[in-house]
Amino acid sequence: MEDLFNGLWQALALILGGDSETWQITLLSLQVSGVALAFSTLIGIPLGALLGLRSFPGRRLVIALIYTGMGFPPVVIGLLVYLLLSRAGPLGFLGWLFTPSAMILAQTIISFPLVAGFTMAAVMSVDPALRTQVKALGANTMQTTFTILWEARTGVIISVIAGFGGIISEVGAVMLVGGNIQGSTRVLTTAIVLETRKGQFDLALALAFILLAIMFAINLLMLRLQGKLDR
Amino acid sequence: MSYQRRVAPVADELVLAPQPIYRVEGVTQRYHKRVVLHIPALEVQRGEILALVGPSGAGKSTLLRLLNFLEAPTTGYIHFQGYSVNGNGPVPLALRRQVTTVFQRPVLLSTTVLNNVAYGLQLRGTAHARRIAAATLEQVGLAHLMDKPARTLSGGEMQRVALARAMVIEPEVLLLDEPTANLDPANVQLIEQAITEIHRQRATTMVLVTHNIFQARRLAQRIALLMEGHIVEIADTQTFFEAPQDVRTALFTRGEMVY
Repeated sequence: MEDLFNGLWQALALILGGDSETWQITLLSLQVSGVALAFSTLIGIPLGALLGLRSFPGRRLVIALIYTGMGFPPVVIGLLVYLLLSRAGPLGFLGWLFTPSAMILAQTIISFPLVAGFTMAAVMSVDPALRTQVKALGANTMQTTFTILWEARTGVIISVIAGFGGIISEVGAVMLVGGNIQGSTRVLTTAIVLETRKGQFDLALALAFILLAIMFAINLLMLRLQGKLDR
Repeated sequence: MSYQRRVAPVADELVLAPQPIYRVEGVTQRYHKRVVLHIPALEVQRGEILALVGPSGAGKSTLLRLLNFLEAPTTGYIHFQGYSVNGNGPVPLALRRQVTTVFQRPVLLSTTVLNNVAYGLQLRGTAHARRIAAATLEQVGLAHLMDKPARTLSGGEMQRVALARAMVIEPEVLLLDEPTANLDPANVQLIEQAITEIHRQRATTMVLVTHNIFQARRLAQRIALLMEGHIVEIADTQTFFEAPQDVRTALFTRGEMVY
């Protein structure tokens, strides 16, 4: 119990005291997962809408792949991205291994199936009669899609939250492809693992509190957005 | 569906006969090999209210979907405004936008009443969509509902909003698919009044699907009886009721048909 309070206290001290390494780790976490989430949203929402609204050959296969992706162990994705980016791998020439770019790539692969899968479910739960009505009012395909995404907005927001939750808290993939290098690829989760191993429980807890605070803040923000959109 | 520009009609044809707005030609609609609609020929005259009556499953709603170009006929043509539409390729948006449907169950968007009524105009990129929508709501006596979330309205209010949402885009053709089937008598009367008013003001061509034979008599100039995908009889309202040619029409209008 004392550890917990110490951790909370130290978290506040580190953040408010302007500890540069803590700030750097926190900002890198936000940056990596934020950029990965942006890519996932750009891929996942259109893909989810396509799967939810259109029928085409191979649709079931794609859905099965997306569902698999939603539950894929991040560490396995880390391993695959590692092999892809290693010097002998097909994308080795990029020189991304052990850089934030590699971490963004891995996290994008982890989170886009979550965004796509939840968006698809949200879109499919919209009353099919609404689609007919919207078309009868003169909507073209694009307008119909946007209207249905709008109607499914609660579910679409949840898909983004799920996507973010899946990567900001993820440790296996970023550890493998980032390498947890101090000052360059160390993020909150990998730092927590390191500090715990070193027996620095106060510091590990402090970082854990920061991570929780970020997730809480993001959820509050999304709920506010949802409330605004519902009006 | 595909379309082609037809050659302009010969001038004296225009004088001799009113040009129908729709000409249905040899249309068959099949779902999973089952024929649900077969109409060798049907004309809808510009500015008329044509009622389609008949038992459930007669193909009335299918015909409306075809007339709104929401689906394409399996075979045959629908000639509309100088274009011929069949099952090969998409219908041009500009054509589809001249027609709209009010369905039995009003489906409103989960936003305000005003936004719902402005929606069709916004799709068309019309300027001042919300202002026009507000004026329309004023006109039909629904201004007090303007800022309410549409999904909180009563069934009757929802259907009146759906009708306002359809009329605000000033369609050439308004298709009505059992618009009062779920409503109480007071709301039925309000909807019927609104339909009559739209027709009086704009002479909008309307095709009304109803199982209420009295509603057909109140609103339509012509009535067609559909059964099992076929038109049994089509006649002006008075003839339909007073001198039907087909025994099934007589049974239907007298309420003696068992189906």
